[in-house]
Amino acid sequence: MQISDVDLKEGTLCYHCGDKCKSLDIQSGAKYFCCTGCKTVYEILNENNLCRYYDIDENPGISQKKLDSAAGSRYSYLDDPIVISQLTSYNDGKLAVASFIIPVIHCSSCIWLLEKLYRLNSGILQSEVNFVQKTVNIKYKPSEVSLREVVELLVAVGYEPQISLNDIENKVKYQSNKSLYYKIGVAGFCTGNIMLLSFPEYLAPIGSLEHSFKQFFAFINLLLGTPVLIYSASDYFKSAWNGLKQKSINIDFPIVLGLLVLFIRSAYEIITNTGVGFIDSMTGLIFFLLLGKLFQGKTYDALNFERNYKSYFPVSVTVTKGGTETSIPVTNLKQGDRIIIRNNELVPADAILFNGNANIDYSFVTGESIPVPKVQGEIIYAGGRQRGSVIELEVIRTVSQSYLTQLWNKDTFAKRDEDKFNSLVNIVGKYFTIFILLIASAAFIYWYPESLRTAINAFTAVLIVACPCGIALTNPFALGNAVRLLGRNKFFVKNASVVERISKIDTIVFDKTGTITKTGDADITFNGNVLSSYEQVLVKSLVRSSTHPLSGRIYDAIETKELAEITYFNELSGKGIEAEIEGSRIKLGSARFVSDAPEITHTNDLKSTKLDSRIFLSINNSVKGFFSVNNIYRTGLEDITSSLKDDFELVVLSGDNDGERENLYRYFGNSAWIKFNQSPQDKLDYIKELQAEDKRVMMIGDGLNDAGALKQSDVGVAISEEVSNFSPACDAILDAGEFQRLNKFIAFAKTTKRIIILSFIISILYNIIGVTLAFQSEISPLMAAVLMPASSITVVLFTVLATNIMAKRKGLQGKK
Amino acid sequence: MSVIVILIFFSVLVAGTFLAAFIWAVRNGQYEDRYTPSVRILFDDDKEELK
Repeated sequence: MQISDVDLKEGTLCYHCGDKCKSLDIQSGAKYFCCTGCKTVYEILNENNLCRYYDIDENPGISQKKLDSAAGSRYSYLDDPIVISQLTSYNDGKLAVASFIIPVIHCSSCIWLLEKLYRLNSGILQSEVNFVQKTVNIKYKPSEVSLREVVELLVAVGYEPQISLNDIENKVKYQSNKSLYYKIGVAGFCTGNIMLLSFPEYLAPIGSLEHSFKQFFAFINLLLGTPVLIYSASDYFKSAWNGLKQKSINIDFPIVLGLLVLFIRSAYEIITNTGVGFIDSMTGLIFFLLLGKLFQGKTYDALNFERNYKSYFPVSVTVTKGGTETSIPVTNLKQGDRIIIRNNELVPADAILFNGNANIDYSFVTGESIPVPKVQGEIIYAGGRQRGSVIELEVIRTVSQSYLTQLWNKDTFAKRDEDKFNSLVNIVGKYFTIFILLIASAAFIYWYPESLRTAINAFTAVLIVACPCGIALTNPFALGNAVRLLGRNKFFVKNASVVERISKIDTIVFDKTGTITKTGDADITFNGNVLSSYEQVLVKSLVRSSTHPLSGRIYDAIETKELAEITYFNELSGKGIEAEIEGSRIKLGSARFVSDAPEITHTNDLKSTKLDSRIFLSINNSVKGFFSVNNIYRTGLEDITSSLKDDFELVVLSGDNDGERENLYRYFGNSAWIKFNQSPQDKLDYIKELQAEDKRVMMIGDGLNDAGALKQSDVGVAISEEVSNFSPACDAILDAGEFQRLNKFIAFAKTTKRIIILSFIISILYNIIGVTLAFQSEISPLMAAVLMPASSITVVLFTVLATNIMAKRKGLQGKK
Repeated sequence: MSVIVILIFFSVLVAGTFLAAFIWAVRNGQYEDRYTPSVRILFDDDKEELK
């Protein structure tokens, strides 16, 4: 029984979100919706005359299917004054300002609607969207509307803000690069003026320029050039100095050396009135370098690569004490506190189930989305999400000492030192510096017999001309462009150095659940006696009444449209559901629940950790068989593995048991390493083992259980269904839909590296020409002014064009 | 000669005001979101749809 769209009228799309409607039952006016949530949002907008929302972009809405409608008490913690003060950036009682991250912002309609919030609630004065950062900044009157109402309004129109502990603790999340803009501004201003003032020198026939003019222009140049060197180039000085402190020479060292020599020699010439110097080349070079930095600095503001558990944990939790419920910040939770967790809330600390029926979804931690039932007295680990009724828990460990958070706080999980990675450009830079210093010294020695002056001239000329501007520009432009191209294809890398690291990997480690299998999408099959169409109707009617996620899947899997009326329904948490429909008694659930017959009770029941969970069905006490839920592997997995098999060592680390062993070997081939029952620590250790064997490892995972391995690996790739929503800390985020193109992305990274090497060769050729001339001590300002920009522009053009062309050849489309 | 000195002084002054304007724009946060305003400006005014 596969999910099928056959019974749909040519795939009607939801008016609100554009998803396929599974039935035509939900409609308002002449519009069809995929779920009641979408319909509700439409009705709110319709009432308030905000339907222009639907005209700006087609089907702009956010599917409401995954959201639970029982959000009633979910935001009660927003009434807590402490939480309010943490969330608002300004609050004087009359006016308050709060900023929310709303990951689902995706089109111009979103901007339009979110900036019209004042029409939905008069207490809201103004709302402003930052599309790139996916935030909305709301000014409201706290006397008329509470923060909770603001948030609930956002939820009601389908824009659920993401409020987490992390957002509160680090309010200023956005690292603005204002200082880079200032530096570019200053450098641009000075360079432009210096160029103008240098034109007479470039163009006038030698000797025709009046000497006093020459001197005057040169002097102004020096004046304008000084702030560029001291202020705009300050980052290069810092970086070179930091390199030296760590006893290594990076690419910034020869740059700084070249800049300093340029400046000192120019200043000397100008002050002693012996020449006009090369201030124009110096400022031009700095300006170019800064532009490169800006180009490379393209980061995905909306994506957070540094998330830890705090990004996912709730801000506050309801504590019950002597019958009264209060909401306190989770950080204040103490051992022994009784907490109340409602449907869809996250358990913030390890706790013992005290009261209620727990049905814990650990998808957050393990990637496995089928909830696990827990009985009273069992420990529920932090990170689990309750599905179902309200439960009461007793905290046994504080938030910071809970299992999951402990794992995060381990030293091994601490961020690797980015600097440790020895980028190609720095290796080249090191040898380049040594080489250039040798040549410069040779020039000095060669010319010394003639005169000290000529010798110094030759020495400085070599250092000036050899300034590796081309090499320094290669990386930002080649890698920056690669980052952009990959981003367009929904493979978001954290920064440019990640692209280079990808090009070096030789081993790829996959997590299983959620990474190579799809989460939340499973193949449901029925094993046993074939169900008659009437029986199908009965089962479909039964599961329709249940909120259990498996019920929803079975509902989707049964291809019948008729439904029967239920006269009795009961849901026993952790066991199953039963109902009386048209005189028949239907039970669906664990083996023990549906029948006492011994022959099936010893087989797997719902509690089994086995992947293909079995849900037994009995009608009028006779067991008909069971539904089994099998994981679906991602589309294209076979192509990916077969194309990667030859070039990379493939490893699968699964947190589950070996039920899928056969399938995995079929996909990955018999040479692959496949390990089962891997705890988060095991995964981390295994990656370390591989690295100890000198392997460069790319880890691909999804859940927080992979977080350690993702950090330990050379390149940690988080795969995510909703890129802006959820991902553990990593180096790159891959949209789940683009999984089948992983091999192309890796191939492109490797090509980028080849382009960089080629570009280095081009730039070194320029340097050789320059150095040959400089060695003869013949270097005019004009020549320097032509040679340096020429090499820079060649390199920039080459890298950008080459990466674009190769991206097309490697099958990365260039669409936006 | 002195004319050129005055001219250069003024040209640098004019360029300087542009630099100041740029720095003001950056400080004002205009470079923090380089996308949203481009969309926002295309939305029609409220009055028209309330008619």
